[in-house]
Parts: sequence; C-alpha cells; structure tokens
Amino acid sequence: MTIALDEFACRIRLAALDLCHRKRTSHIGGALSVADILAVLYGDVMNIAPDIVNDPARDRLFYSKGHACAALYAALDIRGFFPAGALQEGFIVDGSYFTSHVSHRLPGVELSTGSLGHALGVACGSALAGKRRNLPYSVFAVLSDGEMDEGSNWEAILFAAHNRLDNLIAIVDYNKVQGFGAVEAVMGLEPLAGKFRAFNWSVIEVDGHDPSALKSALSAAKAGRQGRPHCIIAHTVKGKGVSFMESQLAWHYKSPSDADLHAARVELGQL
Amino acid sequence: MRNAFINSLYELAAARDDIFLLCGDLGYSVLEVFADRFPDRFLNVGVAEQNMTEVAAGLAREGYNVFTYSIGNFSTLRAMEQIRYDVCYHEASVKVVAVGAGYAYGPQGVSHHATEDIAMLRAIPNLTVCAPADPVEARAAAYFMASHCGPGYVRINKTGEASIHDPATSLDFAPGRLLPVQAGNDVAILATGAIVAHALLEVRAAGKSWSVFSVPFVGGYDPAQLREIAQAHGLLVTMEEHQLNGGFGSSIVEALSDMYAVGNLPSMPRVRRIAIPNCFIGTAGSQDYLRATAGLTLASLRS
Repeated sequence: MTIALDEFACRIRLAALDLCHRKRTSHIGGALSVADILAVLYGDVMNIAPDIVNDPARDRLFYSKGHACAALYAALDIRGFFPAGALQEGFIVDGSYFTSHVSHRLPGVELSTGSLGHALGVACGSALAGKRRNLPYSVFAVLSDGEMDEGSNWEAILFAAHNRLDNLIAIVDYNKVQGFGAVEAVMGLEPLAGKFRAFNWSVIEVDGHDPSALKSALSAAKAGRQGRPHCIIAHTVKGKGVSFMESQLAWHYKSPSDADLHAARVELGQL
Repeated sequence: MRNAFINSLYELAAARDDIFLLCGDLGYSVLEVFADRFPDRFLNVGVAEQNMTEVAAGLAREGYNVFTYSIGNFSTLRAMEQIRYDVCYHEASVKVVAVGAGYAYGPQGVSHHATEDIAMLRAIPNLTVCAPADPVEARAAAYFMASHCGPGYVRINKTGEASIHDPATSLDFAPGRLLPVQAGNDVAILATGAIVAHALLEVRAAGKSWSVFSVPFVGGYDPAQLREIAQAHGLLVTMEEHQLNGGFGSSIVEALSDMYAVGNLPSMPRVRRIAIPNCFIGTAGSQDYLRATAGLTLASLRS
C-alpha cells in the first residue's frame, strides 16, 4: 500500500471521529492522539498485512489502550484487514465483534484488551517465544500513559529488561491526560524516560505527531538488537488535530455531535 | 503429590517440545531437575504472578503449552483477571498450577491457605478445574493437562499423601467423571482433592460400608453417572478442603438441582456439604489441626 503517512493518519482520525459520532462512543481523545503512531506502524514499520495475519514471521502489535479502539479499527480497515464496509456497519452493533474495546476475534487484532496493564506482559511472552525460537519478528506494544499506573506494567518492564527482550518495542502514547485529570495531577510519571532507562530499557523520546520522526525512531528500535528492550515515548496531544478537543479531559468521554463532526472535518481539511 | 506432578511434567517435556514451565520464584528443591534439563523451556519470572500469567498467555499464543507454578493463592487469586481475560477468554493453553491446596501450608497462616480458589476459578468459562486426590491422580492430571488444548487449573496438595488408587489401575480420569474408590451403600461420599484419603480413612475406621468417590474435576459432571449415584444412595455427602460458598459441594448441588428441575432426576437427593464454614482460621496449625478446627470430618454429620 502506498499512502503518505500523514494522509494515513488523517484518514484514521476522520474514520475514528465518524465511528464515535455515529455510535455515540467515548475515547475519541485517545484515538486522535495515537493516530500518527498507528499510521507509521501499519503504513511503514511493521511487517504486517491482511494476507499474513497468521504468518509466524509477521510483526505483532499488542494494543494495550483497547479503549481507543476506533483508531486501531480505522487503521486496520484502511489497510484492508476487514471486508469493505464491515467496520462501519458492524461497529458496536448487537452480535458483532467490533466491541468498543478491541477484540481478538477480528482479523489483525492480536489480543483483546480493555482492562489496562495486560498487553505489555503478553507481549513479553510473545517476544520471549521469538527469542527462544530464534524467530525474526518484532513485538510492538502500544500503551497509554494512564495505564502506567498499573503495577502489572512495571512487573513486565522489569521482566523485559532482565530477559533482554530486544525484539520488544513499547510505545507510550503520552498524551498527558488520563481518566480523571491531567497525568501529572492524578499520578505523575515524570521522569518517565528516566524510569525506563533506570529499568535498563533503551529509550527514544519523540514527537508523536511527526510521522518522519516516529518512523526513524521506530525503525531504529526495530533494527536495534543489542540486548535491551525499546521504549518509544511518544509525546502527543489528546484530541490532536481537532482544536476544541485538544488536551480536553471531556473528550475522553464525549462523542462528537453533528456540529462537532462538521467542525472537526473542516479542521482536518476534508470539507 | 507435588513430586508426582512435576516428575510427570518432566517426562512429558522430554517427550514433546512444546511444554514450557514458568515459576514465580518458588519451587526450590522441586523444579531444579526440570530447569536443568530444559533450560530453553523454563523460566523463573520472579515474584510477579500477574506478569507470569501474561507471559504465559503470550508464550501460549506462539504455540507453547505453558504451565505456571506457584503456591497457594499466588498463581491464582493474585492473577485472577489475567487468568480470566488473557488466558480463558483467549482460550490460551495455559495450565495454572498451585501447590498447597486448602490447609496444606497450614502453619504459614491465612495468606497461604488456598480455600476460595475453586469457587472463584470454576466461575470462569473455558477453564478446566482439577483437584487430584493422590499421587496417582496428580500424575494423571499432568498427562491430562499436557494433552488438553486450552486453559486448565491444577490444585495440588503438597507432599506425603497416601495413594488411594492402585497405581497399576487405569483411571477413568476425565472431566465429568466420578472415580469410585470404595463401593458401598446407603451413603455416598463425594470428595475432591487430598481430603478424599481422609474421608476414606474415616469411613473405614467407623466400619461403615459407604461408597467413596474421588472427583478430581470440578463441574461438568456426567449426568448419567451422577444420577446413578444419587439413586443408589439415601444420602450424598460432599467433602472439600475449601470454603462452603461456591465450592465443590455447591457444584454438585447445582448439578443435581438442574437435573431435577428438568426431570432428569426423579427426586432430589439429600445432600450434606462438608466444607470450611465460610471463615478464616488465623491460628497456627498443622493441616490436620486446621481441617479438624474447620469441621472437615464425617463426625460433623452428627451436628
């Protein structure tokens, strides 16, 4: 697929806004903050495509921020993992697997998530299997900043470094806003990069809305097999791309109205 | 029982290369032989049972048949949501093993008493819950779980249990089956786990010709066998080293009631449930002392 990464990210944002608007679902803020990360992963860095979802050599993505489902579903849809129209028709419809926290019953979704703090540990198991069997794949885990409060993540962070899982790349979508307030007000993470470094991870901090910076950071991490797991701290903005949603806690919960959607589409250059 | 299970797992790991053993920094003097022989399929994940269970789910999705090993409540209750969501919902081939069923670690205190695990785990879909009674059943449990594709839980007592089965006999060791240990009449004792041997001793000491069944798999009972046992005895007695609420005895009563409600059982049998009376026992005590204090004895039928 040849599509410019910024165009891919824009299409993810538009599709996520449309899903949250039509189905009155939450978490558009976190979907907009992770859009560029997913565009770079699915548009460039990851060895994954609809015809290799069961290939043992494929790269794996464990999407820990399952609540931001709209962005992952949109990215997979744009890359053709779902039959045309299936997402738009099935999203949170009775009896479909397009639940509003991601479901492994959908093609291309490696793990159902929604309860925070699970996917990094599972990614560690997948990465460990890759090391033990000498398989070439890379394992990516996309985490939210709020879920860094979960103790299970820190168990996994210890584990990955001790076991030298250099085929593991964790990406923190650090949009600075969690469920009930600003991250620094609820449970401060700083110095986050310093914490990962102290746990013996290799850390790159990057602008999470700069596709070329993300691409070079993720590509370097994927290529770097020097005994340390990789953490990409992606500094992002919750609600990125829609000015009235940016850094606003309310958009963790609200769904866009008709007028909101129209204004958002104008800002994203689609109207 | 613990050694019978681990030795069997060692044999199985020698025969098939998918078996992977994770431990949560427990297993001193028990797991070393496995770790030395199969270093590529063993890992001590440290004192981190949530992560152990997640790593197990990750290994399982890559084709390994993973056993997680710890004691008491650590491999189970501590990682309950990981068991539910990462393992059971994803139907991962992860077998959770807990050593120290009931009061097996009696003197260590309530932290180490595994007395609510059956109730909590049997509520989770896709999970096969197994509580072997003796070393023969523990060996059978290892073989069953190694060939079982999907989630499992094995609740093991510890050490020094007498065998209630002749090792030479071939057990009908499968979910749903109640294994006859002693044939009799009037009363049928249905017990799960190491307390089966205790029940058997009590019946024999009292000179009773009662039936005794070992029930190593909790839930999903064979209706024909359960009906036959219910109709052949005037009283059923369930026995478990576990709390009364929601445990093994509850599972038997539920099964009988469901059968009776839809006409698969002509009359509802009398059932007495012997279990820990929904309490913690915080005093020090041997396994025998704590069992007696909790009333896990056939003598409690008189009250």
